[in-house]
Amino acid sequence: MNRRHTLRFLGMAAAAWLAGAPVPALVAAPALAADGGPVRVGEINSYTGLPAFTLPYRQGWQLAVEEINAAGGLPGGRALEVISRDDAGKPDDAVRAAGELLANERVDLLAGTYFSHVGLAVADFAARNRIPFVAAEPLTDAITWQKGNPYTFRLRPSTYMQAAMLAEEAAKLPATRWATVAPNYEYGQSAVKWFRALLKERRPDVEFVAEQWPAQGKLEAGPTVQALAAASPEAIFNVTFGADLAKFVREGEQRGLFRNRAVVSLLTGEPEYLEPLRDEAPEGWIVTGYPAEQIDTPEHRAFADAYRKRFGEWPKQGSVVGYTTFKAIAAAITKAGGTDPEAVTAALKGLELPSPFGPIVFRALDHQATMGAYVGRTAVRGGKPMMVDWRYAPGEAYLPPDDAVRAMRPVE
Amino acid sequence: MDFYFVQFLSGLATAATLFLVSSGLTVIFGVTRIVNFAHGSFYMLGAYVAWSLVERWGDTPPGFWGGVLLAAVTVGVLGAVMEVVLLRRLYRSPELFQLLATFGVVLIVQDAASWLWGPEDLLGRRAPLLRGSVEVLGQPFPLYDLMLIVLGPLVLVALLLLFHRTRWGTLVRAATRDREMTAALGVDQAKLFTSVLFLGSALAGLGGALQVPREAVNLHMDMAMVVEAFVVVVVGGMGSLPGAFVASLLIGQLQAFGILVFPQITLVLVFLFMAVVLVLRPYGLFGRPEEGPPAGEAPGPPLRPDGPRAATVSLVLLAALAAVPLVAGDYALIVLTEVVILALLASSLHLLTGLGGLVSFGHAAWFGLGAYGAALLVRDAGAPMLPALAAAPLVAGLGALVAGWFCVRRSGLYFAMLTLAFAQIVWSVTFQWYAVTGGDNGILGVWPADWASSKAVYYELTLLLAGGTLWLLRRAAFAPFGYALRAGRDSALRAEAVGIDVRHRQWMAFTLAGACAGLAGGLYAFAHGSVFPTLMAVPVSVDALVMVLLGGLRTLAGPAAGAALFHGLETEAMRLTDYWRLVLGLVIVVLVLAFPQGVVGFARSLWDRRRGGNGSAAEPVA
Repeated sequence: MNRRHTLRFLGMAAAAWLAGAPVPALVAAPALAADGGPVRVGEINSYTGLPAFTLPYRQGWQLAVEEINAAGGLPGGRALEVISRDDAGKPDDAVRAAGELLANERVDLLAGTYFSHVGLAVADFAARNRIPFVAAEPLTDAITWQKGNPYTFRLRPSTYMQAAMLAEEAAKLPATRWATVAPNYEYGQSAVKWFRALLKERRPDVEFVAEQWPAQGKLEAGPTVQALAAASPEAIFNVTFGADLAKFVREGEQRGLFRNRAVVSLLTGEPEYLEPLRDEAPEGWIVTGYPAEQIDTPEHRAFADAYRKRFGEWPKQGSVVGYTTFKAIAAAITKAGGTDPEAVTAALKGLELPSPFGPIVFRALDHQATMGAYVGRTAVRGGKPMMVDWRYAPGEAYLPPDDAVRAMRPVE
Repeated sequence: MDFYFVQFLSGLATAATLFLVSSGLTVIFGVTRIVNFAHGSFYMLGAYVAWSLVERWGDTPPGFWGGVLLAAVTVGVLGAVMEVVLLRRLYRSPELFQLLATFGVVLIVQDAASWLWGPEDLLGRRAPLLRGSVEVLGQPFPLYDLMLIVLGPLVLVALLLLFHRTRWGTLVRAATRDREMTAALGVDQAKLFTSVLFLGSALAGLGGALQVPREAVNLHMDMAMVVEAFVVVVVGGMGSLPGAFVASLLIGQLQAFGILVFPQITLVLVFLFMAVVLVLRPYGLFGRPEEGPPAGEAPGPPLRPDGPRAATVSLVLLAALAAVPLVAGDYALIVLTEVVILALLASSLHLLTGLGGLVSFGHAAWFGLGAYGAALLVRDAGAPMLPALAAAPLVAGLGALVAGWFCVRRSGLYFAMLTLAFAQIVWSVTFQWYAVTGGDNGILGVWPADWASSKAVYYELTLLLAGGTLWLLRRAAFAPFGYALRAGRDSALRAEAVGIDVRHRQWMAFTLAGACAGLAGGLYAFAHGSVFPTLMAVPVSVDALVMVLLGGLRTLAGPAAGAALFHGLETEAMRLTDYWRLVLGLVIVVLVLAFPQGVVGFARSLWDRRRGGNGSAAEPVA
């Protein structure tokens, strides 16, 4: 009976989309002398799914785009224009958004994504549609290795790289009995896998005596802490983050889990994760992160000053990633002399550019950037959490040998 | 031994929070029969409000506890407001419609909380005087957790006293037993419902407020809690306070000891437990059979078959849809392809919910199984697109056949939660079985065959397959099978009496619905080129249900229209604003209030009114 209503509604819906006016870009490009109009970059990220990380990231790329356009834009006086979309943390939404950006907005390049599975979905889309994609934040090793493709490049240091940085520090500890706690999905699993392998390589005498795999976002803090303590490890490797980390730290402190035990913890030094812990942040944990307020290199100072002037706050890890991603895109287009996808892809291979962390290069071998991270210890000073005794760990020093990478990456 | 005792205590502390929240849910459900998705949102609001108050005044014990109580009361008031402004207007609609309204509230609260409190996790103060820990059998144990362990039973006793020693409590219990009779005796239902919503929401708010010293308040607390609270309520038996208490204790211990024995499957342990309980005990541990669970649909005017004119119009419109690629761009076709696929998904759910009266919370499982079936064939067997698409409904149908056998033995919310349990089991297997499914990183490279790689061709293919299946579903609705299914929905007893094997029909409907959802899943996989466990996660099941309800349960076209409306709204709002959840939530609430029979149901009654008939017009209408 109501087939007809169905069809009518479908028809109406279709009409609505067909008539859909083009959406104004989030960042309006200033009217530069346009040679063939602005360069359009489609940007997709989990703005509603993970705002705490993605909003600083957005401010970062906004700053980069403003700087690029204020300096006269790209070759030929073309402005850089970004059309941004939310993927709500879902890969299928991200692929749809990518389709829209490509078909309706005619973007020349894709960028962004936070979650690993979303990044992989967009990477696959990019390969199929032969459009360059600069994955900003996904950490999964697969995006540049096992599932790498010719059109996808990744900026942030991968799970492997961060685990390798920590394994190096962990090997210096006297501890031989280790326990691990990690969220039960690919990120947590591969972090633990690499950490174990790399630590064993340096220290054949260590053993892993307990492991906990809480569901992401659903850590049962009390029982988990108790179970770890029961195995009486000498040191703990932690991969939980966000709300789980806060619960873990609180219960762990109250139940004495961290007393006389070393803790090595992935990403915990990043301001996004460290700052919410306030004066309850753990002290003396060995972490990877970003001590924004303490880095005093000229390139970082320039970036941090501009960022603070523009947004009135210190940059976070995501800000650096967003900023550098779009600087890299601009550099690639300049190097390629245009927006031809093959030329831009070729330009991204081996692209060298300055970043707030110092010079980096997108390796031609696996499209992984050599951006590193800071390794140090956590501390609380004047009621504020921060990193101390830190050093910069350059990304290129924490990647496997080229042959091993080639073996993992599909043949192009 | 000492260690196990402390682990047991930790389990008790978890159970206390769980009990506070689920007791509120079970009281609300017992009296109003509302499946209140917004309960988790009230829990989250309780935590946020308490965080703000405790930040300000939480240094002293009176300040802290005053803040916690004030937060609970505030949230209770919000719950009462939701009842007065929204739910009260819906008591005459099908019961499930209130579910849709509360889903709208969930979306609104998510964005409102993000706007008011910001996106970052908020770590609140710890309770004064309860910051440290005590030694229990040589193991340090947080004082605050000890307090929670004591508080749980105290709240239970207080609630039992309230329900057994006050006039109001007696009325609530009476309404839980028999709502109509209570009303007939002159009890003001509206006031009773408002006060129950107040109490239930305040309990959720209290549960949330008490979490402030334990964890960082964050924007994902609502969904994390609401599903678990439903599990507790169903395991305990709906409407039963002691049931909720016992179930909370069991689940708290399950989690405490489960991580020792199976640290890898914490994801699914709770759902496995619920499935086992429901298979063994039809009404949970303490539920009573006479508590009529919500039917998917109250007996309404029967479905009417098409006349010849309607068939012509259908064909013309189908032709028009098929002609869209002549004028539309690629993106319009991408979205339209998704709309057609989701229309199939929603219609398959409607077969269960609208015709069978069975509400499924786990329909995404079959959608996802179909998608994975197709994707695995492509990846591992190198199958071409069409055979992979053909396999999708078979894989999903097979899964539904097995799960259905268990599920149709239960009814109402017990059925719904059992489908949810199966969906979660399927989801977690997919999520964790890396070797085969690729885990959360999914399966990539599931693109259409070369001949179908253009958006237009794939759209036409989708239209053909989904349209054909929709037509078959229609036929099924008017075949003896469909009549028998509807008979079982409207009166299972009478249907059995005339010789219909109701359970068997429902089982077959479950399988058919699963197979159709599987086909939709297969089509969806090729449309996106990749599959991920998110395809079978809870939000997809909820979305499917929302589409069905938005369109209306009483018409066959409703689900398809609901799918178009919901998906169109969502994609457009997401494209245009960061506050798309707020927009979507508000639109749903407005639609629910304006069209309590669903959009198509409304169109239908308008049509009937214009023709001066009441649905029995001589000439059948479309």
